[in-house]
Amino acid sequence: MVLSAADKSNVKAAFGKIGGQADEYGADALERMFAAYPQTKTYFPHFDLSKGSAQVKGHGKKVAAALVEAANHVDDIAGALSKLSDLHAQKLRVDPVNFKLLGQCFLVAVATRNPSLLTPEVHASLDKFLCAVGTVLTAKYR
Amino acid sequence: MVHWSAEEKQLITSVWAKLSVEECGAEALARLLIVYPWTQRFFSNFGNLSSPTAIIGNPKVRAHGKKVLTSFGEAIKNLDNLKGTYSKLSELHCDKLHVDPENFRLLGDILVIVLATHLAKDFTPACQATWQKLVGVVAHALAHKYH
Repeated sequence: MVLSAADKSNVKAAFGKIGGQADEYGADALERMFAAYPQTKTYFPHFDLSKGSAQVKGHGKKVAAALVEAANHVDDIAGALSKLSDLHAQKLRVDPVNFKLLGQCFLVAVATRNPSLLTPEVHASLDKFLCAVGTVLTAKYR
Repeated sequence: MVHWSAEEKQLITSVWAKLSVEECGAEALARLLIVYPWTQRFFSNFGNLSSPTAIIGNPKVRAHGKKVLTSFGEAIKNLDNLKGTYSKLSELHCDKLHVDPENFRLLGDILVIVLATHLAKDFTPACQATWQKLVGVVAHALAHKYH
């Protein structure tokens, strides 16, 4: 799966519009993921996962920052996320299926916060982008 | 049998009441064909699917989308017997249409996103969780008669 020039442009524009609120989108996506897919909570036994949790907000900020970084280096996502890829392979070892779940919740977060942003074309590009990010983060698993 | 809490049933029916089945159905199917283009394999007789604009404007896509989501409405009326409700449709999708059940999961996720764009902030995490559960259960029911 390859990101076309149009996809890259859509992704950059989308994150441009999300702008400084990316942190909230990240936290929102995580909150939604924990609600819709309770099994994902197994990776966070050390977190307070109650509503408004500062830990979830903090982690959402990290997730968002990584997505922004990938969007800013959309021509070389693997390079941009290389360290994160190592971390996931060596330490975190989140099962690959979970990246799709977070991706779905990030798209829903965008859809609820900025519905007009998520045209079918942008939806397609963002979905591809999130898949690519998941692929990079799991690339060194074995 | 799937258990639905009173809260879940409320979240399902209240969202459903706000929807235009025709609009949301058309949009969900169009997005499925756009976001996951390989799903077009089932619709070779639908005419022009060459671009997002063509897909969105395609009258067969709109009509079929409406049909699919109308059927979803039946599920909502029969939350306590989804396997029974979808028994014949399941056989049809296996024996005649030859649709990989993975496609039901893809469409379900797309439907959730369409609902999210329409309901915006009203589509709370609890609401999404309930609807992700519903689309998952519908997908499972539609796959149940596969052999």
